Amino acid sequence: MKTKSNIERILESGGFVVTSECGPPRGADAEVIRRKGKLLQGVVDAVNVTDNQTSVVRMSSFSACIILKEMGFDPILQMVCRDRNRIAIQSDILGAGALGINNILCLSGDHQKFGDHSMAKNVFDMDSIQLINTVRMLRDDGKFLGGEEVKGKPVLFIGAAENPFADPFEIRAARLGKKVRAGCEFLQTQCIYNLERFSKWMEMVRERGLHERCAILAGVTPFKSVGMAKYMKNSVPGMDVPDELIDRLKSVPKEKQSEEGIKMCVETIQKLREIPGVRGIHIMAIEWEEKVSEIAKAAGLLPRPQP
Amino acid sequence: MRLSYPTNVKIVKVPCTGRVDVLLILHAFESGVDGVYLAGCLEGECHFLRGNLRAKKRVQYVKTLLEEVGLGSGRVEMYNMSSAQGQRFAEVAREMTEKVRALGPSPVKKKVKRESSGVRGRG
Amino acid sequence: MIVANRKTLEEILVMLKPYKKVLLLGCNECVTVCATGGEREVGVLASEIRLSRAKEGQEIEVREQTLERQCDHEYIDQVRPFVGDYEVILSMACGAGIQYVAEKYRTKPVLPAVNTTFLGVTLEQGVWSERCQGCGECILHLTGGICPVARCAKSLLNGPCGGSSNGKCEVDKEVDCGWQLIVDRLKELGQLDRYEEIIPVKDWRSSRDGGPRKRTREDLRL
Repeated sequence: MKTKSNIERILESGGFVVTSECGPPRGADAEVIRRKGKLLQGVVDAVNVTDNQTSVVRMSSFSACIILKEMGFDPILQMVCRDRNRIAIQSDILGAGALGINNILCLSGDHQKFGDHSMAKNVFDMDSIQLINTVRMLRDDGKFLGGEEVKGKPVLFIGAAENPFADPFEIRAARLGKKVRAGCEFLQTQCIYNLERFSKWMEMVRERGLHERCAILAGVTPFKSVGMAKYMKNSVPGMDVPDELIDRLKSVPKEKQSEEGIKMCVETIQKLREIPGVRGIHIMAIEWEEKVSEIAKAAGLLPRPQP
Repeated sequence: MRLSYPTNVKIVKVPCTGRVDVLLILHAFESGVDGVYLAGCLEGECHFLRGNLRAKKRVQYVKTLLEEVGLGSGRVEMYNMSSAQGQRFAEVAREMTEKVRALGPSPVKKKVKRESSGVRGRG
Repeated sequence: MIVANRKTLEEILVMLKPYKKVLLLGCNECVTVCATGGEREVGVLASEIRLSRAKEGQEIEVREQTLERQCDHEYIDQVRPFVGDYEVILSMACGAGIQYVAEKYRTKPVLPAVNTTFLGVTLEQGVWSERCQGCGECILHLTGGICPVARCAKSLLNGPCGGSSNGKCEVDKEVDCGWQLIVDRLKELGQLDRYEEIIPVKDWRSSRDGGPRKRTREDLRL
């Protein structure tokens, strides 16, 4: 094992990984994170904390990770390139290493136009692939980007995200290839509804042998209602929601829709487990964290293997 | 046809309304007129193919400028008619006169002094 | 060319409030091409200013002068004989020209009539689009002639991001995804294998980030 990451531990033992995420609050109240954390205890192997997602200012991923670590979780620090230059990035990575954060998810970041501070300057000193490389350089080569020696290497398990449904489809596996070559060790995908298209993407990924060098964790998100499904289909870029799913939700009465949504999510997980190369599941139940435990249980993913 | 139309309408003949530049209209307002309208060929029948369409766009643009300046967009208009439509010509003249009369005289009371003529241009 | 937008009349009138004699300078180069500050636009702005003031019952003298360009001494010098007759200079050139005029006529306040925006091209009459950000280290040979710094909203060198959808950028449905364009072009050129290469982090020193820039050719200096 390269790191102390729980994800790495389970992968090495040949197990199936379960991760989920916590969205930090729009304020300094640590209790919000603790409450969300309690809902996930015993349900996940590691938990992401988003980094000013959709460019909306929230408590930093770094600080929320520390709060979760104190509760016994193995947090995944999400880091975007939108807000920090390489100096701040390397500095934060060193800090994460110092405070025992074992996982990092390297992302480009949503454009600031989506958030509450669209007038801000955007940084993007580097992109997600260069960020992956930076973490690897610090950890394995013990070198800063400028080439100087790092005294005390930060040890983090390196992850990234990919969207199998974004355009252009034909280069998505090639892009994953670049991330793997840069040092990516695990990958969380955008939430999957179109299993056929996802299977095709996995085929392309397997053709390049990427599934052997990088653990693919398939993303899922349960629908709360027909409204939510329609919103995701029409208003969220890079989301592929087949009409049959919306029709299925429509076919049940309104009060039963969230239950049906959970059922559909569990079925998706079971189908995803069958796809070769899928090494785990990343459950994203945004502002519905209380359902993660129910979903994991119904999908037969509990109890989680303890060290 | 010897139809009568209001005497306050001064006609400036151009080969095509496409000849009318934004500046021509603005300078007319600077000289103290209360309203300007363009009478061009029917759309699709411009002798010079698209001159009246260019004029239409320019009139739209001048409307926004007049609004910005505070004279109001109602003082400039684009009308289309064929050269055979004498009645329409008189009708439009009356219509525009009524319209501008209702808006009142242009707030640009004296003729604006323009130093630019003669010296305007590239240095 | 350098593309700029004219400031609103409101903003310009506020800047001109204290003045009665204005020298309005246009430029015959970039701002003419993007229909922002050439001779014609000088005429329109001058007219708008005079009409606005006349409406308030006030007078203002606006001299209209369009120079060949405002980024070279020789052309700015041409107004020297009469610049003293005016209280203020209102320039429609790009930010570089406006500043150069200010540098030359130190005792005259110089006001910007335009907001200078980007380096771009004419897509069709009336439409201009950004192409270059002057990063100082051109990699167009690696990306099929399409710039990832200027045409990707996130300036990714290893794009596209997950927000690329139907060839459009997540920022705006009307904006092309720069990386979709690059991938398409590399395909057309038979260079798609270039996509596999990881482009390393950029050295931004040659860009604005490194500080105000200067270029010298010693062999041309007298």
